[in-house]
Amino acid sequence: MQNRRDFLKTAARAGAGVALPGCAMGSRPRGHVVVVGGGYGGATAAKYLRMWSQKGVDVTLVERNPQFISCPISNLVIGGDKQMADITMSYAGLRDTWGVKVVQDSVIAVDAAARKLRLASGGELGYDRLVLSPGVDFMFEQLPGLESEASRSRVLHAWKAGAQTVALRKQLEDMPDGGVYALTIPRAPYRCPPGPYERACLVASYLKKSKPKSKVLVLDANEEITSKKALFTTAFEKYAGILEYRPNSELREVDAASRTAILEFDKVKADVLNVVPPQRAGDIAASSGLKLVNKRWVDIDWLSFESVNTPGVHVIGDAIFPAPTMPKSGHIANQHAKIAAAAILNLLAGEAPNPEPVLMNTCYSFVDSQNVIHVSSIHQYDAAKKVVLPVPGSGGVSAAANELEAKYAMAWAKNIWADMLV
Amino acid sequence: MKLLRWAAALGLAGTLGTVWAAGPPDLNLARNLAATCANCHGTDGRSVAGSGSAGLAGTDKDTLMQKLRDFRSGARPATIMHQISRGYTEAQLELIAAYFAARK
Repeated sequence: MQNRRDFLKTAARAGAGVALPGCAMGSRPRGHVVVVGGGYGGATAAKYLRMWSQKGVDVTLVERNPQFISCPISNLVIGGDKQMADITMSYAGLRDTWGVKVVQDSVIAVDAAARKLRLASGGELGYDRLVLSPGVDFMFEQLPGLESEASRSRVLHAWKAGAQTVALRKQLEDMPDGGVYALTIPRAPYRCPPGPYERACLVASYLKKSKPKSKVLVLDANEEITSKKALFTTAFEKYAGILEYRPNSELREVDAASRTAILEFDKVKADVLNVVPPQRAGDIAASSGLKLVNKRWVDIDWLSFESVNTPGVHVIGDAIFPAPTMPKSGHIANQHAKIAAAAILNLLAGEAPNPEPVLMNTCYSFVDSQNVIHVSSIHQYDAAKKVVLPVPGSGGVSAAANELEAKYAMAWAKNIWADMLV
Repeated sequence: MKLLRWAAALGLAGTLGTVWAAGPPDLNLARNLAATCANCHGTDGRSVAGSGSAGLAGTDKDTLMQKLRDFRSGARPATIMHQISRGYTEAQLELIAAYFAARK
């Protein structure tokens, strides 16, 4: 005999919009949701699934790292203004306050038909609904010269915060005065559009104070600055003599031994070479049979963030094919997570997801230790186009770099970290 | 009936037409909209103590609506809220303000 819980599971599996006989709207969702990846998307999804179900839905979070380390604010660690402790947080709040089962492990395979996944440690986990928030992985195959682990420990990306953040800071500290720091930027889309320009500013700020004969060379594959262009152009002018920006400078190959960036018509030898590689959806999303766009990003339904070809699997954060003008940011991953969490609870209760989702994005960037610029946008669902679109006349950028927004940037960090983890 | 009582309690009678227009109403619409503010203003509008960002939980609805309208018109100076408040409809802002007012 089927109990109520099994019945709801069956109904939820049958898809959205199933009318449950005898169940009024607003019935309580039940089931088990597994969330893979404890970054800005996954941690938020885990908390909100528990919070919005009044702890009625079981949530397991699978995350390979023991602690959360934030990419936003990590450029301040590279510039020397913050320490790793400032961007590192515990998963204890999710576990103890919200009752999320936090499992330190990696997912190596998803069996979407059987609704279960396999863990690197050997175990299996079953789910009613799965949230994948795997972030990005790097397309090193496009960068000859960076095949080996040895070359990748010499030429760093520091585009996932953690050991590489610490290592890049160390390389900058060890660099002699008069040295060259070269940063390569891949073609958009990539994680955190303003991030490379912020990093260039903060490294220039550090070198200007500590090693004033040094240079920052920004080698951008794009034809122009991809985010907050006018504001970063102004910031770069303040570093004239230290920072040089070169557009249309796509990295083709790397000579890690000599720390040389090989471009189409030029070779640039650096003392510290920092390569932000081209990116795609994280491995587990790319290898699970989910429909990808351009072989890189997961195609999702904007009402539920469910994969368009794999029922029961919701994908959020940097791994998805973005809506028009939507950046790959921690902030937007947090907003994806809330729409996905709400939709999953609707589906587990046999209801249709909210037909009018709204997302908001804010990215603050430091141009030096004290001054910050922002970009903001609001995206509303367009039922005819079945995608979220930026609202005309809304959003925008700072009038100019200013100190007040440095305070707001840190307020943003403290509040979004708490919104995910506390 | 249940929905109407809920709406009346939040003083939303005037905005229901807009909410209904796209199909059956989602009882969690206000909650979902307000969650877009949490990144800066804290979960359910309860900002982190000492973070420097305004908490919104328990703020009188009319006070909050007036602030949002002033951000939208430009009457109230802002670094970012003039841009953000223009991304939501009046009906959505009403739902958000009512939701935060009810968080005691």
